[in-house]
Amino acid sequence: MTSAQPGVQPAVWAEANPVFAFFQQTAAIAEIELKKLIRDPTEVLARAVQPVLWIVVFGNVFSRVRAIPTGNVSYLSFMTPGILAQSVLFVAIFYGIAVIWERDLGIVHKLLVSPAQRAALVYGKAASAGFRGAIQATIIYAVAALLRIQIRWSPLSIAGVFAGAMLGSAIFATMSFIVACIVKSRERFMGVGQLMTMPLFFASNAIYPISIMPHWLRIVAYLNPLTYLVDALRSLMIGPGQSSHSIAMNFGIVALIFVIFAAIGTKLYPSLVR
Amino acid sequence: MSTSDTAITNTTEAMGLGGEGFAIETFDLTRRYGDLVAANHVTLHVPYGAIFGLLGPNGAGKTTTIKMLTTMLEPSEGTARVAGFDIVQAPSKVRRMIGYVPQALSADGGLTGWENLSLSGKLYGIPRSERKSRIQEALQFMGLTDFGDKLVKTYSGGMIRRLEIAQAMLHRPAVLFLDEPTIGLDPVARRSVWERLLELRRNFQMTVLITTHGMDEADELCDRLAIMHLGKVAAIGTPAELKASVGPGATLDDVFVHFSGGTIQEEGSYRDVRATRRTASRLG
Repeated sequence: MTSAQPGVQPAVWAEANPVFAFFQQTAAIAEIELKKLIRDPTEVLARAVQPVLWIVVFGNVFSRVRAIPTGNVSYLSFMTPGILAQSVLFVAIFYGIAVIWERDLGIVHKLLVSPAQRAALVYGKAASAGFRGAIQATIIYAVAALLRIQIRWSPLSIAGVFAGAMLGSAIFATMSFIVACIVKSRERFMGVGQLMTMPLFFASNAIYPISIMPHWLRIVAYLNPLTYLVDALRSLMIGPGQSSHSIAMNFGIVALIFVIFAAIGTKLYPSLVR
Repeated sequence: MSTSDTAITNTTEAMGLGGEGFAIETFDLTRRYGDLVAANHVTLHVPYGAIFGLLGPNGAGKTTTIKMLTTMLEPSEGTARVAGFDIVQAPSKVRRMIGYVPQALSADGGLTGWENLSLSGKLYGIPRSERKSRIQEALQFMGLTDFGDKLVKTYSGGMIRRLEIAQAMLHRPAVLFLDEPTIGLDPVARRSVWERLLELRRNFQMTVLITTHGMDEADELCDRLAIMHLGKVAAIGTPAELKASVGPGATLDDVFVHFSGGTIQEEGSYRDVRATRRTASRLG
């Protein structure tokens, strides 16, 4: 009943160039995540509501209060890049849940038993989180256009914002991945995830400048990757006047953090199945 | 070597691949978790082309052993050679030589059968030129040709399991590991999985190691068995040898009870129930 050819066939072919293999494997993981995202965008669409509410409700109220010094830009313009960074954070920080789910299903076991490079598996996951970041950026631009919020619309600035949102999403997804590798259970993960989200958000320059923070909180803010992401997005969206570092500096810091997180994630990934 | 076209056969010895060495050879393989010795100086020899069953009550060390053999877990002591490579010295070489089907139904329900296979093909570095024909062949072999472009969440449990075996055989591993391959499947689906495994052995001389709770599975499918108890190998042999060692007229159930010093757990653990429920909910 089978037409499969009897006889031994080679189990191993010439080992591919490891760099080529790395990119192929990373792309393979990212591709399936993208396919699933397109097939079932419910989660992503539901996630779009929150940033819209932040800008429409919180943003409008605080624009009237005028309590937050934002220089010569409106508060709505000031907070828009911050809310993009925040929504990227919120979307990515629970990414680890999916990894724990995959562990319970045995998917992680299958991946780790394959000869795929572990780093490629982690970068593939990070890339797929990047797509979600890009979707958040699209939503924020749509809200900004509808509410006529003053931001830059140059193609270069938009491209930079998308790159930043994707990189930011990759960072927080990888951070979440690391936590998942450590806690290994959904219940514990939910607790830790909640615990991380608020400090990351409020101890940053997302919705107010660092200059108004008490000294101790500034230190925390400068240790927070979100601060550099917001700083980069803000220069790109409303101009360099509001940022403490150059765009290149911010991107450099953010990329470095990502590479470090990815290395830690790669190291910890096998512990999920032990 | 020639393969006979006779129906399901349980003869093992003639099926050796080249005959030199063993597909799996463990040397005092041991894993400790704190004070608990999950696998205690496990020594096994699995000839090429055999279908080998690891039996034992829950917590006997079957999963721990399979995890070490598939390089997921480093041994605390001892080592093993799988398809000629040392699991401690050369884990990445071992990974290229083996296939693995985990206990839970782990094919991605949000993807089609073809996409699941394509992912495996890419992760295993099957060249593009060969990938498509391998996938087609694997789907056909597993009786899934008409379902390749359907989402896996529409598959039955037996179909998912067959797809997973297709995924695991795509790169023609020398040794295929399956952790309780038929748990939660109905009798027809179980039998179809057995037939595919026997055919894999017949067509590709694949060595198969399974863990199982099913005595019927052990009896019909496996040509050698090891019964594990409290981390140790309590008995090893062909089903016939094991039955004869316990007494005239003994069944495998008797063998199991004899060597594991207790009663058979009828799929009773919380973990099994959960796994079965997951299966059920994925299908419902």
